[in-house]
Amino acid sequence: MKRGWFLPVFAVLGFAFLYAPIISLVVFSFNESRLVTVWGGFSTQWYGELFADGWDSWQTNPLLAASLISLKVAAIAASIATVIGTLAAFVLTRFGKFRGKLLLTGMITAPLVMPEVIIGLSLLLLFVSMEMVLGWPAGRGLTTVVIAHGTFCAAYVAVIAQSRLRDMDESLEEAARDLGAGPVRVFFDITLPVIAPALVSGWLLAFTLSLDDLVVASFVSGPGASTLPMVIFSKVRLGVSPDVNALATIIIAIVALAVTIAGVLLRRQARAAR
Amino acid sequence: MPSNPSIAANTRPWRDPSAKPFISIRHITKRFGDFTAVNDVSLDIYRGELFCLLGGSGCGKSTLLRMLAGFETPTQGQILIDGQDMAGVPADKRPTNMMFQSYALFPHMSVEKNVAYGLLREGKSKAEAYARVAEMLALVKLEKYAKRKPHQLSGGQRQRVALARSLIKQPKLLLLDEPLGALDKKLREETQFELINIQETLGVTFIVVTHDQDEAMTLATRIGVMTEGVIAQIGEPREIYETPQSRFVADFIGSVNLFEGQVGPAAPDFMRVDTADLGPVAVPPRPGLTQGQTVWLAMRPERVWLTREKPAEAINSVRGEVRDMGYVGHMSSYVVRLDNGRLVRVTQANEGRRDNPITWDEQVSVSFEPADFRVLTE
Repeated sequence: MKRGWFLPVFAVLGFAFLYAPIISLVVFSFNESRLVTVWGGFSTQWYGELFADGWDSWQTNPLLAASLISLKVAAIAASIATVIGTLAAFVLTRFGKFRGKLLLTGMITAPLVMPEVIIGLSLLLLFVSMEMVLGWPAGRGLTTVVIAHGTFCAAYVAVIAQSRLRDMDESLEEAARDLGAGPVRVFFDITLPVIAPALVSGWLLAFTLSLDDLVVASFVSGPGASTLPMVIFSKVRLGVSPDVNALATIIIAIVALAVTIAGVLLRRQARAAR
Repeated sequence: MPSNPSIAANTRPWRDPSAKPFISIRHITKRFGDFTAVNDVSLDIYRGELFCLLGGSGCGKSTLLRMLAGFETPTQGQILIDGQDMAGVPADKRPTNMMFQSYALFPHMSVEKNVAYGLLREGKSKAEAYARVAEMLALVKLEKYAKRKPHQLSGGQRQRVALARSLIKQPKLLLLDEPLGALDKKLREETQFELINIQETLGVTFIVVTHDQDEAMTLATRIGVMTEGVIAQIGEPREIYETPQSRFVADFIGSVNLFEGQVGPAAPDFMRVDTADLGPVAVPPRPGLTQGQTVWLAMRPERVWLTREKPAEAINSVRGEVRDMGYVGHMSSYVVRLDNGRLVRVTQANEGRRDNPITWDEQVSVSFEPADFRVLTE
């Protein structure tokens, strides 16, 4: 079959549109020159500068310290999101028809379409009024960022878990009931292991979403809990420094790895389900 | 492993009016919204039976099975298993086990763990459970596959794992939903007899749901033919085939020629039925019919007598022409068009290597033995 020039040209243009900025960032992270826009030859000096103090750089370098905070937030938030998202998905797919199901289905997916600014602002207002009424959380910091990220990531996990639960042969659960297992036992013995790959990829997605987030974190974070995107953003306002490029390249590598693992797991699971 | 051949399928407790049924289904109705899936079904099943619920898709047979297992709650009616009312008893507390149409093997567990699952939930020790699993896997000839995962097995092997898993707890009643539905034809025939052997060895009562009439005829001690949520007829395979009680059952089981007619005046040894297609026909007398009443005469294709000339002894005979013929090896099937245009299906066994078999476009005589007609009123 003759393909013509149309498809290849547009494929190239499309991918260029998506990936040219990332490639230029990676390329300039190896730039000799301090000026971001001028190529001065190949060098790894900005990576060296990032880790100037060896292992202590993780504390002394503000970029690396912020990465640690971001990783910690992302890991905890993704775990919370996975638990909440899975439970919500289970209720929505297995409890049959109940009053308010449609409302709950709509509400669980709302954070997917809601502007981040609104999520951030509403969470900030919630935390402030909670502090006034309940005395918790005391001020803004790591806890509030974790809660905020866990909340909106739960929506993504719920969507993934829901589609997996719908695909799952419900007679598996019935068979376990039939063989004498109570409902809770069935959930942990059968349902959870069967949907586990979807939950792993859900966790990874939540992890990357949390790592990426700037807007929500800016609203609900406090002193000592600046995440990496916040630090980079404030640094860039004073002029782009090439060590940001170096760190960004490292992060891109990590995210790409995580996305690949999630993709492979989802695919393997789809194959096993057949 | 209990072996009790005395309650094998050879006895016929349903013919004994004093026999106590093992499972009593009493006026069971199940509605889903406006749709009535099962409509006032009553059924008694005896210990050691292999009962088949036979019907097309959507006839309510699976819903009835799921109510026995405890996955659906009846809208009305009562289910008794061994004298115990099942109302309010959840699926995991019932003395029944089920073999699912999809087999529902746990994909993340090995064959061994799948089969052991029921025993471990019962609180049996691991040693005891796995000893029983080994026995059960030997029974279904899968000893070598104990450590495999379900996706590493063939369809037939999975079917046997599912069977082993549902039998391991020695249920009082085993429910099988289309147990052979996913197997190919040859494997299905082998497995049918294996299933009967296992059922007789263990003496467990089986209820099998199937849409396949050959399967039901081969397996069952008795068959319940279902349509649109009700049971059309209950009986032994031979009764269902030879003495169907309605046109639906006659047509559903095997194939049949139906001729509509009116009851004529009574004669001493036979009854006359005036049909539009065959003219007046002599059939065995049947009490309870009034003259002029509309009845249907059912005639199995293999009982029709197909000859070139009218046999001298034939009482009911008409002329026709062979329109179509199919050679299947052990038999041939014909479609004969009678002179008035009516088509009649006929099958003939190919016993010897006949030199001159009847073939297309031949003028033939179609004859019917009076005793082979079944007179139906509904």
